[in-house]
Amino acid sequence: MASNQIMFILFSVMIVVFSALSVTTRKILRAAVYLLFVLVSTSGLYFMLNYQFLAAVQLTLYAGGIVVLIIFSILLTSHISQNFEPASIKKSVFSAIASLAGAILSIIVILNYKFSATTMAAKEVDMRLIGKSLLSVDYDGYVLPFEVISVLLLAAMIAAIVVAKKGGPNKSELPTLNQK
Amino acid sequence: MNTGIPIQYFLVLATIMFFTGIYGFLTRRNLITILMSVELILNSVNINFLAFNRYLYPHKLEGKFFSLFIIAVAAAEAAVAISIIINIYRRFATINVEDVNEMKF
Repeated sequence: MASNQIMFILFSVMIVVFSALSVTTRKILRAAVYLLFVLVSTSGLYFMLNYQFLAAVQLTLYAGGIVVLIIFSILLTSHISQNFEPASIKKSVFSAIASLAGAILSIIVILNYKFSATTMAAKEVDMRLIGKSLLSVDYDGYVLPFEVISVLLLAAMIAAIVVAKKGGPNKSELPTLNQK
Repeated sequence: MNTGIPIQYFLVLATIMFFTGIYGFLTRRNLITILMSVELILNSVNINFLAFNRYLYPHKLEGKFFSLFIIAVAAAEAAVAISIIINIYRRFATINVEDVNEMKF
């Protein structure tokens, strides 16, 4: 067995086990840490696919940014020692049936489809090409989604500030946690 | 480089991850864990895009840029969702979805 197959098996076992743990564990901070493991293993898969830039983005943005944001909000809103009560039996059974049915259907379709690869030579994607494509208007250019995503990020930033801002005109009669 | 790993392995792995996220989305009742399930789903879609791009269309860039933009959208979504969750917590002192059942009007 080649070494890349061993690495793939390692990463996929990590992804499957830790994502299952992340949605079933009863402590919220552990769920966040399991999610971090899943995201790091995913970036390992990107390295295996030879997409170094995407793997670095995955590590810094997902594993570095989003998980830290989630852990901050967990610390702001939950008691760490508190356990969730498990979901009701009926709910978890029906959810498991729904997701298992979907997974089996999709896996059957995937395994029966004959994927045909192109014979074109692979294009080596380096940082310079990515930067040029992001700002170019040619055939391989992505300047429109780049601009749209920048407007979206600005709007999301303003929205996050406005929504989470303290106070406001008529907040005073509402019960706030600070008075506890 | 990827000798011995067919594309189906990547797709099956992403499918398992996606439906694990669906299961968590359906069973969890804490808003932050629901958000984490959504992150799992988005991440599995990214794996699909990159595997398709590497195996089937290695001379194109679409899959890379799609997953780049998905990561950016996921970051924006997480920021807005967490600010909404903090606002809900300030108002109701809980982030359990079953206890948050009042609207303003």
